[in-house]
Amino acid sequence: MSDSTRMVLHAFAALADLGEEIAETSDFEEMVRSALHVVLGAMGIRRGAVAEFDRERGALHFVAARGYDDARALDLSPKSQPTANGNGGHAAQDFARVERELREKLSGVEVVTPLVVRGELVGVILLGGKASGEQFTQEEKELARALGRHVAVGMHNHRLLREVERRAEENRNLYESLKGSYKDTVRAFAAAIDCKDKYTQGHSERVGKYSEIIAREMGWKDDEVEAIAIGGYLHDVGKLVVDRDIINAPYRIDAKQSSELNRHPAAGYEILRPITHPFADIPLMARYHHERPDGRGYPEGLTEEQIPPGARIVSLADSFDAMTTDRPYRRRRTFEEVVADFRRNAGRQFSTNVVLALCRALLKEARGETRPRHMIRMLGKDYVEEQTLPALVQLIADLESGSAATV
Amino acid sequence: MSEPLAAAPKAELCELVAVVYAGDYVNKLSGQRIERECLTRMERGCRALVINFRDTELVNSIGVSILLGVIDEAERRGARVAFTNVSLHTLKLFELLGLTRLVLLADSDESALATLEEFSAQPNGH
Ligand SMILES: [Fe+2]
Repeated sequence: MSDSTRMVLHAFAALADLGEEIAETSDFEEMVRSALHVVLGAMGIRRGAVAEFDRERGALHFVAARGYDDARALDLSPKSQPTANGNGGHAAQDFARVERELREKLSGVEVVTPLVVRGELVGVILLGGKASGEQFTQEEKELARALGRHVAVGMHNHRLLREVERRAEENRNLYESLKGSYKDTVRAFAAAIDCKDKYTQGHSERVGKYSEIIAREMGWKDDEVEAIAIGGYLHDVGKLVVDRDIINAPYRIDAKQSSELNRHPAAGYEILRPITHPFADIPLMARYHHERPDGRGYPEGLTEEQIPPGARIVSLADSFDAMTTDRPYRRRRTFEEVVADFRRNAGRQFSTNVVLALCRALLKEARGETRPRHMIRMLGKDYVEEQTLPALVQLIADLESGSAATV
Repeated sequence: MSEPLAAAPKAELCELVAVVYAGDYVNKLSGQRIERECLTRMERGCRALVINFRDTELVNSIGVSILLGVIDEAERRGARVAFTNVSLHTLKLFELLGLTRLVLLADSDESALATLEEFSAQPNGH
Protein backbone atom coordinates (compact mmCIF):
# COMPACT_ATOMS: atom_id res chain seq x y z
CA MET A 1 0.00 0.00 0.00
CA SER A 2 1.43 3.37 -0.96
CA ASP A 3 1.79 6.16 1.58
CA SER A 4 -0.82 8.29 -0.14
CA THR A 5 -3.35 5.42 -0.17
CA ARG A 6 -2.66 4.85 3.49
CA MET A 7 -3.27 8.53 4.26
CA VAL A 8 -6.46 8.65 2.18
CA LEU A 9 -7.80 5.60 4.01
CA HIS A 10 -6.92 7.15 7.37
CA ALA A 11 -8.67 10.39 6.32
CA PHE A 12 -11.80 8.50 5.22
CA ALA A 13 -11.84 6.63 8.51
CA ALA A 14 -11.48 9.96 10.30
CA LEU A 15 -14.57 11.30 8.50
CA ALA A 16 -16.48 8.23 9.63
CA ASP A 17 -15.17 8.65 13.20
CA LEU A 18 -16.29 12.27 13.15
CA GLY A 19 -19.80 11.37 11.97
CA GLU A 20 -20.08 8.81 14.73
CA GLU A 21 -18.89 11.22 17.42
CA ILE A 22 -21.25 13.97 16.29
CA ALA A 23 -24.22 11.64 16.14
CA GLU A 24 -23.60 9.75 19.35
CA THR A 25 -22.25 12.31 21.80
CA SER A 26 -25.03 14.14 23.54
CA ASP A 27 -22.86 16.54 25.54
CA PHE A 28 -21.94 19.55 23.41
CA GLU A 29 -18.45 20.18 24.76
CA GLU A 30 -17.60 16.50 24.75
CA MET A 31 -18.70 16.33 21.12
CA VAL A 32 -16.47 19.29 20.19
CA ARG A 33 -13.52 17.79 22.10
CA SER A 34 -13.94 14.54 20.18
CA ALA A 35 -14.24 16.42 16.90
CA LEU A 36 -10.99 18.21 17.65
CA HIS A 37 -9.35 14.86 18.40
CA VAL A 38 -10.47 13.55 15.01
CA VAL A 39 -9.06 16.56 13.17
CA LEU A 40 -5.75 16.42 15.04
CA GLY A 41 -5.48 12.65 14.69
CA ALA A 42 -6.38 12.68 11.00
CA MET A 43 -3.27 14.72 10.19
CA GLY A 44 -0.98 14.16 13.16
CA ILE A 45 -1.27 17.69 14.53
CA ARG A 46 0.00 18.60 18.01
CA ARG A 47 -1.86 21.85 18.64
CA GLY A 48 -5.40 22.78 17.77
CA ALA A 49 -8.57 24.43 18.98
CA VAL A 50 -12.24 24.71 18.10
CA ALA A 51 -13.77 28.09 18.88
CA GLU A 52 -17.25 29.41 18.30
CA PHE A 53 -18.45 32.97 18.14
CA ASP A 54 -20.15 34.43 21.13
CA ARG A 55 -22.01 37.16 19.30
CA GLU A 56 -23.24 38.83 22.46
CA ARG A 57 -19.72 39.37 23.76
CA GLY A 58 -18.11 39.86 20.37
CA ALA A 59 -15.59 37.19 21.25
CA LEU A 60 -14.34 33.83 20.12
CA HIS A 61 -15.08 31.26 22.77
CA PHE A 62 -12.73 28.27 22.81
CA VAL A 63 -14.85 25.17 23.29
CA ALA A 64 -11.95 22.73 23.02
CA ALA A 65 -8.23 23.36 22.76
CA ARG A 66 -4.94 21.57 22.95
CA GLY A 67 -1.66 23.44 23.06
CA TYR A 68 -3.44 26.80 23.17
CA ASP A 69 -3.86 26.51 26.89
CA ASP A 70 -4.02 30.23 27.60
CA ALA A 71 -6.81 30.65 25.07
CA ARG A 72 -10.21 30.63 26.80
CA ALA A 73 -11.91 33.51 25.04
CA LEU A 74 -10.50 35.96 22.58
CA ASP A 75 -12.14 39.35 22.17
CA LEU A 76 -12.41 40.36 18.56
CA SER A 77 -11.98 43.93 17.44
CA PRO A 78 -15.26 45.38 16.13
CA LYS A 79 -14.01 45.28 12.55
CA SER A 80 -13.52 41.52 12.76
CA GLN A 81 -16.93 40.68 14.18
CA PRO A 82 -18.89 38.42 11.89
CA THR A 83 -21.99 39.96 10.41
CA ALA A 84 -25.10 38.03 11.29
CA ASN A 85 -27.79 38.68 8.76
CA GLY A 86 -29.47 35.32 9.01
CA ASN A 87 -29.23 34.81 5.26
CA GLY A 88 -25.52 34.21 5.13
CA GLY A 89 -23.47 35.37 2.20
CA HIS A 90 -20.82 37.18 4.24
CA ALA A 91 -18.97 34.15 5.51
CA ALA A 92 -15.97 34.52 3.21
CA GLN A 93 -15.36 38.20 4.07
CA ASP A 94 -16.03 37.58 7.75
CA PHE A 95 -13.61 34.70 7.77
CA ALA A 96 -10.82 36.67 6.09
CA ARG A 97 -11.03 39.39 8.76
CA VAL A 98 -11.18 36.91 11.65
CA GLU A 99 -8.32 34.85 10.28
CA ARG A 100 -6.12 37.95 9.98
CA GLU A 101 -6.82 38.98 13.56
CA LEU A 102 -6.28 35.45 14.92
CA ARG A 103 -2.90 35.16 13.24
CA GLU A 104 -1.94 38.53 14.73
CA LYS A 105 -3.04 37.64 18.25
CA LEU A 106 -2.11 33.97 18.59
CA SER A 107 1.28 32.52 17.84
CA GLY A 108 1.78 29.10 16.31
CA VAL A 109 -1.35 29.13 14.16
CA GLU A 110 -0.64 27.47 10.82
CA VAL A 111 -4.10 26.75 9.44
CA VAL A 112 -7.40 28.40 10.24
CA THR A 113 -10.50 26.61 9.02
CA PRO A 114 -13.87 28.33 8.96
CA LEU A 115 -16.95 26.78 10.54
CA VAL A 116 -19.84 27.83 8.34
CA VAL A 117 -23.52 27.00 8.66
CA ARG A 118 -25.93 28.17 5.97
CA GLY A 119 -23.45 30.73 4.73
CA GLU A 120 -22.87 32.15 8.18
CA LEU A 121 -19.54 31.98 9.98
CA VAL A 122 -20.19 30.38 13.39
CA GLY A 123 -16.65 29.60 14.50
CA VAL A 124 -13.19 28.43 13.48
CA ILE A 125 -10.79 25.54 13.87
CA LEU A 126 -7.20 26.55 14.58
CA LEU A 127 -4.43 24.15 13.72
CA GLY A 128 -0.82 24.39 14.86
CA GLY A 129 2.29 22.38 14.10
CA LYS A 130 2.28 18.89 12.70
CA ALA A 131 4.10 16.17 14.59
CA SER A 132 6.18 15.54 11.47
CA GLY A 133 7.39 19.14 11.56
CA GLU A 134 6.36 19.51 7.92
CA GLN A 135 4.20 22.21 6.38
CA PHE A 136 0.51 21.53 5.72
CA THR A 137 -0.07 20.33 2.18
CA GLN A 138 -2.89 21.65 0.03
CA GLU A 139 -4.67 18.30 0.42
CA GLU A 140 -4.46 18.54 4.18
CA LYS A 141 -5.93 22.02 4.14
CA GLU A 142 -8.77 20.65 2.00
CA LEU A 143 -9.23 17.79 4.43
CA ALA A 144 -9.36 20.25 7.34
CA ARG A 145 -12.09 22.20 5.50
CA ALA A 146 -14.07 19.04 4.79
CA LEU A 147 -13.88 17.98 8.43
CA GLY A 148 -14.72 21.56 9.42
CA ARG A 149 -17.97 21.44 7.45
CA HIS A 150 -19.08 18.39 9.43
CA VAL A 151 -17.98 19.90 12.71
CA ALA A 152 -19.92 23.11 11.95
CA VAL A 153 -23.12 21.25 11.16
CA GLY A 154 -22.64 19.04 14.20
CA MET A 155 -22.18 22.06 16.46
CA HIS A 156 -25.15 23.80 14.92
CA ASN A 157 -27.40 20.78 15.36
CA HIS A 158 -26.28 20.34 18.93
CA ARG A 159 -27.11 23.98 19.62
CA LEU A 160 -30.53 23.57 18.01
CA LEU A 161 -31.21 20.46 20.03
CA ARG A 162 -30.15 22.22 23.21
CA GLU A 163 -32.44 25.12 22.35
CA VAL A 164 -35.35 22.73 21.78
CA GLU A 165 -34.59 21.02 25.09
CA ARG A 166 -34.41 24.37 26.86
CA ARG A 167 -37.81 25.34 25.48
CA ALA A 168 -39.28 21.97 26.38
CA GLU A 169 -37.93 22.47 29.90
CA GLU A 170 -39.45 25.96 29.97
CA ASN A 171 -42.79 24.53 28.88
CA ARG A 172 -42.56 21.85 31.52
CA ASN A 173 -41.88 24.49 34.17
CA LEU A 174 -44.72 26.63 32.89
CA TYR A 175 -47.02 23.63 32.98
CA GLU A 176 -45.88 22.78 36.51
CA SER A 177 -46.48 26.33 37.67
CA LEU A 178 -49.91 26.37 36.00
CA LYS A 179 -50.68 23.12 37.71
CA GLY A 180 -49.45 24.66 40.95
CA SER A 181 -51.77 27.62 40.63
CA TYR A 182 -54.60 25.29 39.66
CA LYS A 183 -54.01 23.36 42.87
CA ASP A 184 -53.89 26.57 44.91
CA THR A 185 -57.22 27.56 43.37
CA VAL A 186 -58.65 24.15 44.18
CA ARG A 187 -57.51 24.42 47.79
CA ALA A 188 -59.06 27.88 48.04
CA PHE A 189 -62.27 26.41 46.68
CA ALA A 190 -62.12 23.57 49.18
CA ALA A 191 -61.67 26.09 51.98
CA ALA A 192 -64.66 28.05 50.66
CA ILE A 193 -66.80 24.89 50.61
CA ASP A 194 -65.81 24.02 54.17
CA CYS A 195 -66.43 27.59 55.32
CA LYS A 196 -70.03 27.25 54.34
CA ASP A 197 -70.37 24.29 56.64
CA LYS A 198 -69.15 25.46 60.02
CA TYR A 199 -69.17 21.94 61.51
CA THR A 200 -66.98 20.29 58.93
CA GLN A 201 -63.95 22.53 58.78
CA GLY A 202 -61.09 20.94 56.89
CA HIS A 203 -63.39 18.15 55.65
CA SER A 204 -62.63 18.63 51.93
CA GLU A 205 -58.91 18.83 52.51
CA ARG A 206 -58.99 15.64 54.60
CA VAL A 207 -61.10 13.80 52.00
CA GLY A 208 -58.52 14.83 49.40
CA LYS A 209 -55.72 13.48 51.55
CA TYR A 210 -57.51 10.21 52.42
CA SER A 211 -58.37 9.66 48.74
CA GLU A 212 -54.75 10.22 47.80
CA ILE A 213 -53.53 7.70 50.37
CA ILE A 214 -56.08 5.07 49.33
CA ALA A 215 -55.28 5.51 45.63
CA ARG A 216 -51.57 5.20 46.31
CA GLU A 217 -52.18 2.05 48.35
CA MET A 218 -54.15 0.68 45.38
CA GLY A 219 -51.13 1.21 43.15
CA TRP A 220 -52.39 4.17 41.17
CA LYS A 221 -49.85 6.14 39.15
CA ASP A 222 -48.54 9.49 40.43
CA ASP A 223 -50.64 11.67 38.12
CA GLU A 224 -53.76 9.64 38.93
CA VAL A 225 -53.06 10.08 42.63
CA GLU A 226 -52.69 13.81 42.10
CA ALA A 227 -56.01 13.82 40.26
CA ILE A 228 -57.88 12.00 42.98
CA ALA A 229 -56.58 14.41 45.62
CA ILE A 230 -58.14 17.22 43.57
CA GLY A 231 -61.34 15.18 43.22
CA GLY A 232 -61.38 14.82 47.00
CA TYR A 233 -60.90 18.53 47.56
CA LEU A 234 -63.75 19.37 45.19
CA HIS A 235 -66.23 16.55 45.82
CA ASP A 236 -68.64 18.75 47.79
CA VAL A 237 -68.30 21.88 45.62
CA GLY A 238 -72.02 21.51 44.80
CA LYS A 239 -72.81 22.43 48.41
CA LEU A 240 -72.09 26.00 47.41
CA VAL A 241 -75.58 26.09 45.85
CA VAL A 242 -77.34 24.44 48.80
CA ASP A 243 -79.01 26.60 51.44
CA ARG A 244 -76.56 27.31 54.24
CA ASP A 245 -79.24 26.61 56.90
CA ILE A 246 -79.72 23.06 55.65
CA ILE A 247 -76.00 22.37 55.64
CA ASN A 248 -75.61 23.84 59.10
CA ALA A 249 -78.77 22.42 60.66
CA PRO A 250 -77.81 21.38 64.22
CA TYR A 251 -80.21 18.44 64.04
CA ARG A 252 -81.08 15.67 61.63
CA ILE A 253 -82.71 17.22 58.57
CA ASP A 254 -86.16 16.27 57.25
CA ALA A 255 -86.94 14.61 53.93
CA LYS A 256 -87.43 17.86 52.02
CA GLN A 257 -84.23 19.34 53.31
CA SER A 258 -82.54 16.06 52.58
CA SER A 259 -83.57 16.10 48.92
CA GLU A 260 -82.30 19.68 48.70
CA LEU A 261 -78.98 18.56 50.14
CA ASN A 262 -78.90 15.59 47.77
CA ARG A 263 -78.74 17.98 44.82
CA HIS A 264 -75.12 18.76 45.62
CA PRO A 265 -73.39 15.96 43.66
CA ALA A 266 -75.14 16.87 40.40
CA ALA A 267 -74.66 20.58 41.12
CA GLY A 268 -70.96 19.94 41.73
CA TYR A 269 -70.71 18.15 38.42
CA GLU A 270 -72.31 21.08 36.62
CA ILE A 271 -69.89 23.49 38.30
CA LEU A 272 -66.79 21.44 37.46
CA ARG A 273 -67.73 20.22 33.98
CA PRO A 274 -66.99 23.42 32.04
CA ILE A 275 -63.54 23.77 33.62
CA THR A 276 -60.55 22.33 31.82
CA HIS A 277 -58.80 20.24 34.46
CA PRO A 278 -55.28 18.90 34.04
CA PHE A 279 -56.73 15.53 35.04
CA ALA A 280 -59.71 13.61 33.70
CA ASP A 281 -62.76 12.46 35.68
CA ILE A 282 -62.74 15.15 38.36
CA PRO A 283 -66.33 16.24 37.62
CA LEU A 284 -67.39 12.57 37.79
CA MET A 285 -65.85 12.16 41.22
CA ALA A 286 -68.10 14.99 42.48
CA ARG A 287 -71.15 13.60 40.70
CA TYR A 288 -70.90 10.04 41.94
CA HIS A 289 -69.38 10.31 45.41
CA HIS A 290 -72.71 9.37 47.04
CA GLU A 291 -73.31 6.34 44.85
CA ARG A 292 -73.10 2.89 46.47
CA PRO A 293 -72.01 -0.47 45.01
CA ASP A 294 -75.35 -1.99 46.09
CA GLY A 295 -77.20 0.54 43.93
CA ARG A 296 -78.83 2.33 46.86
CA GLY A 297 -76.89 5.56 46.49
CA TYR A 298 -77.77 8.80 44.70
CA PRO A 299 -78.20 10.67 42.39
CA GLU A 300 -78.45 7.81 39.86
CA GLY A 301 -78.43 4.60 41.91
CA LEU A 302 -75.51 3.18 39.91
CA THR A 303 -74.11 -0.25 40.74
CA GLU A 304 -70.49 -1.11 41.58
CA GLU A 305 -69.14 -1.45 38.02
CA GLN A 306 -70.97 1.65 36.86
CA ILE A 307 -69.37 3.90 39.47
CA PRO A 308 -66.06 5.36 38.27
CA PRO A 309 -63.12 4.09 40.40
CA GLY A 310 -62.22 7.62 41.51
CA ALA A 311 -65.74 8.22 42.84
CA ARG A 312 -65.65 4.94 44.79
CA ILE A 313 -62.48 6.08 46.55
CA VAL A 314 -63.74 9.60 47.26
CA SER A 315 -66.99 8.10 48.58
CA LEU A 316 -65.20 6.03 51.21
CA ALA A 317 -62.81 8.87 52.08
CA ASP A 318 -65.84 11.16 52.55
CA SER A 319 -67.69 8.69 54.81
CA PHE A 320 -64.56 7.82 56.75
CA ASP A 321 -63.98 11.48 57.58
CA ALA A 322 -67.66 11.90 58.49
CA MET A 323 -67.45 8.93 60.88
CA THR A 324 -64.23 10.04 62.49
CA THR A 325 -65.09 13.71 63.14
CA ASP A 326 -67.61 15.20 65.57
CA ARG A 327 -70.85 16.57 64.13
CA PRO A 328 -73.30 18.90 65.88
CA TYR A 329 -75.77 16.11 66.56
CA ARG A 330 -73.33 13.32 67.44
CA ARG A 331 -69.85 12.50 68.65
CA ARG A 332 -67.45 10.80 66.31
CA ARG A 333 -67.37 7.01 66.35
CA THR A 334 -64.71 5.01 68.08
CA PHE A 335 -62.25 3.25 65.86
CA GLU A 336 -63.79 -0.10 66.84
CA GLU A 337 -67.16 1.14 65.59
CA VAL A 338 -65.59 2.29 62.34
CA VAL A 339 -64.04 -1.16 61.79
CA ALA A 340 -67.45 -2.72 62.49
CA ASP A 341 -69.07 -0.33 60.00
CA PHE A 342 -66.53 -1.25 57.34
CA ARG A 343 -67.20 -4.93 57.99
CA ARG A 344 -70.95 -4.40 57.61
CA ASN A 345 -70.79 -2.14 54.58
CA ALA A 346 -67.91 -3.45 52.49
CA GLY A 347 -69.48 -4.47 49.19
CA ARG A 348 -72.70 -2.64 50.08
CA GLN A 349 -72.06 1.01 50.78
CA PHE A 350 -68.37 0.88 49.90
CA SER A 351 -66.27 -1.00 47.37
CA THR A 352 -64.51 -3.85 49.14
CA ASN A 353 -61.14 -3.26 47.49
CA VAL A 354 -61.26 0.41 48.45
CA VAL A 355 -62.03 -0.47 52.09
CA LEU A 356 -59.16 -2.95 51.98
CA ALA A 357 -56.75 -0.32 50.69
CA LEU A 358 -57.75 2.17 53.39
CA CYS A 359 -57.40 -0.47 56.11
CA ARG A 360 -54.01 -1.59 54.86
CA ALA A 361 -52.69 1.96 54.64
CA LEU A 362 -53.99 2.73 58.11
CA LEU A 363 -52.48 -0.44 59.59
CA LYS A 364 -49.09 0.44 58.10
CA GLU A 365 -49.27 3.90 59.63
CA ALA A 366 -50.43 2.56 63.00
CA ARG A 367 -47.48 0.16 63.04
CA GLY A 368 -45.12 2.93 62.00
CA GLU A 369 -44.26 1.18 58.73
CA THR A 370 -44.96 4.25 56.62
CA ARG A 371 -44.01 7.85 57.26
CA PRO A 372 -45.18 10.54 57.41
CA ARG A 373 -48.28 9.24 59.19
CA HIS A 374 -50.85 11.49 57.51
CA MET A 375 -53.93 9.52 58.57
CA ILE A 376 -52.85 9.17 62.20
CA ARG A 377 -52.16 12.91 62.27
CA MET A 378 -55.61 13.72 60.85
CA LEU A 379 -57.33 11.29 63.21
CA GLY A 380 -55.36 12.33 66.29
CA LYS A 381 -52.55 10.12 67.53
CA ASP A 382 -54.61 8.39 70.25
CA TYR A 383 -57.56 7.57 68.02
CA VAL A 384 -56.34 4.23 66.71
CA GLU A 385 -55.57 2.38 69.92
CA GLU A 386 -53.16 -0.51 70.10
CA GLN A 387 -55.85 -2.93 71.34
CA THR A 388 -58.07 -2.24 68.30
CA LEU A 389 -55.41 -3.28 65.81
CA PRO A 390 -56.22 -7.03 65.96
CA ALA A 391 -59.77 -6.21 64.82
CA LEU A 392 -58.33 -4.24 61.91
CA VAL A 393 -55.96 -7.08 61.02
CA GLN A 394 -58.86 -9.55 61.17
CA LEU A 395 -61.02 -7.33 58.96
CA ILE A 396 -58.24 -7.13 56.36
CA ALA A 397 -57.87 -10.92 56.40
CA ASP A 398 -61.64 -11.42 56.06
CA LEU A 399 -61.93 -8.90 53.23
CA GLU A 400 -59.04 -10.58 51.46
CA SER A 401 -60.67 -13.97 51.75
CA GLY A 402 -64.06 -12.56 50.78
CA SER A 403 -65.74 -13.66 54.02
CA ALA A 404 -66.19 -10.27 55.69
CA ALA A 405 -69.80 -9.61 54.72
CA THR A 406 -71.01 -12.93 56.08
CA VAL A 407 -69.24 -12.70 59.43
CA MET B 1 -7.80 -9.42 22.76
CA SER B 2 -6.68 -6.74 25.14
CA GLU B 3 -4.59 -7.19 28.24
CA PRO B 4 -5.64 -5.42 31.39
CA LEU B 5 -3.89 -2.10 31.36
CA ALA B 6 -1.54 -2.70 34.21
CA ALA B 7 2.16 -2.24 34.36
CA ALA B 8 4.25 -5.34 33.78
CA PRO B 9 5.85 -6.80 36.89
CA LYS B 10 9.18 -5.50 35.72
CA ALA B 11 7.79 -1.98 35.73
CA GLU B 12 6.42 -2.40 39.22
CA LEU B 13 9.96 -2.99 40.40
CA CYS B 14 11.13 0.29 39.04
CA GLU B 15 8.77 3.17 39.78
CA LEU B 16 10.50 5.39 37.28
CA VAL B 17 9.48 3.26 34.32
CA ALA B 18 6.04 1.88 33.41
CA VAL B 19 4.70 -0.39 30.67
CA VAL B 20 1.17 0.26 29.44
CA TYR B 21 -0.52 -2.13 27.04
CA ALA B 22 -2.60 -0.68 24.22
CA GLY B 23 -5.58 -2.88 23.29
CA ASP B 24 -6.45 -4.34 19.92
CA TYR B 25 -8.20 -1.20 18.72
CA VAL B 26 -6.96 2.17 19.91
CA ASN B 27 -9.98 4.47 19.69
CA LYS B 28 -11.56 7.04 21.98
CA LEU B 29 -12.47 4.63 24.77
CA SER B 30 -9.28 2.59 24.89
CA GLY B 31 -7.22 5.70 24.09
CA GLN B 32 -8.62 7.41 27.16
CA ARG B 33 -7.73 4.36 29.24
CA ILE B 34 -4.15 4.51 28.00
CA GLU B 35 -4.08 8.24 28.68
CA ARG B 36 -5.40 7.82 32.23
CA GLU B 37 -2.91 5.07 32.97
CA CYS B 38 0.00 7.13 31.63
CA LEU B 39 -1.05 10.25 33.55
CA THR B 40 -1.40 8.30 36.77
CA ARG B 41 2.06 6.80 36.30
CA MET B 42 3.61 10.18 35.59
CA GLU B 43 1.88 11.71 38.60
CA ARG B 44 3.49 9.00 40.73
CA GLY B 45 6.87 10.09 39.43
CA CYS B 46 7.33 7.82 36.45
CA ARG B 47 9.80 9.39 34.03
CA ALA B 48 9.63 6.86 31.22
CA LEU B 49 6.56 5.27 29.63
CA VAL B 50 6.54 2.20 27.42
CA ILE B 51 3.36 1.76 25.41
CA ASN B 52 3.19 -1.78 24.09
CA PHE B 53 1.18 -2.24 20.89
CA ARG B 54 1.58 -6.01 20.59
CA ASP B 55 -2.22 -6.58 20.36
CA THR B 56 -2.97 -3.48 18.33
CA GLU B 57 -4.49 -3.98 14.90
CA LEU B 58 -5.93 -0.55 14.36
CA VAL B 59 -5.46 3.01 15.63
CA ASN B 60 -8.13 5.47 14.61
CA SER B 61 -7.87 9.26 14.36
CA ILE B 62 -8.97 9.87 17.95
CA GLY B 63 -6.50 7.24 19.14
CA VAL B 64 -3.69 9.03 17.27
CA SER B 65 -4.69 12.35 18.80
CA ILE B 66 -4.81 10.93 22.32
CA LEU B 67 -1.36 9.37 21.86
CA LEU B 68 -0.05 12.76 20.69
CA GLY B 69 -1.57 14.28 23.82
CA VAL B 70 0.21 11.70 26.01
CA ILE B 71 3.50 12.46 24.26
CA ASP B 72 3.01 16.22 24.81
CA GLU B 73 2.16 15.71 28.46
CA ALA B 74 5.21 13.52 28.94
CA GLU B 75 7.35 16.19 27.29
CA ARG B 76 5.94 18.83 29.62
CA ARG B 77 6.80 16.70 32.64
CA GLY B 78 10.27 15.80 31.37
CA ALA B 79 9.32 12.16 30.81
CA ARG B 80 10.02 10.03 27.74
CA VAL B 81 7.79 7.72 25.75
CA ALA B 82 8.65 4.52 23.93
CA PHE B 83 6.42 2.50 21.59
CA THR B 84 7.09 -1.23 21.41
CA ASN B 85 5.83 -4.15 19.31
CA VAL B 86 4.22 -1.85 16.76
CA SER B 87 2.83 -3.76 13.77
CA LEU B 88 4.05 -2.78 10.33
CA HIS B 89 0.74 -1.28 9.32
CA THR B 90 0.51 0.87 12.46
CA LEU B 91 4.17 1.78 12.21
CA LYS B 92 3.68 3.14 8.68
CA LEU B 93 0.74 5.22 9.90
CA PHE B 94 2.74 6.58 12.85
CA GLU B 95 5.57 7.45 10.50
CA LEU B 96 3.33 9.29 8.06
CA LEU B 97 1.70 11.22 10.90
CA GLY B 98 5.03 12.09 12.50
CA LEU B 99 4.58 10.22 15.78
CA THR B 100 7.72 8.16 15.29
CA ARG B 101 9.81 11.35 15.43
CA LEU B 102 8.61 11.99 18.98
CA VAL B 103 9.04 8.57 20.61
CA LEU B 104 11.63 5.89 21.05
CA LEU B 105 10.79 2.79 19.00
CA ALA B 106 11.79 -0.67 20.18
CA ASP B 107 11.03 -4.27 19.31
CA SER B 108 10.56 -5.34 22.89
CA ASP B 109 9.81 -3.88 26.28
CA GLU B 110 13.20 -5.10 27.49
CA SER B 111 15.23 -3.13 24.99
CA ALA B 112 12.98 -0.06 25.46
CA LEU B 113 13.32 -0.34 29.22
CA ALA B 114 17.06 -0.63 29.00
CA THR B 115 17.32 2.59 27.01
CA LEU B 116 14.73 4.41 29.06
CA GLU B 117 16.18 3.35 32.40
CA GLU B 118 19.41 4.91 31.35
CA PHE B 119 17.51 8.01 30.44
CA SER B 120 15.43 8.16 33.60
CA ALA B 121 18.51 7.65 35.75
CA GLN B 122 19.92 10.90 34.44
CA PRO B 123 19.22 13.75 36.84
CA ASN B 124 17.43 16.00 34.38
CA GLY B 125 15.97 14.01 31.58
CA HIS B 126 17.46 15.02 28.24
FE1 LIG C 1 -71.02 15.03 49.69
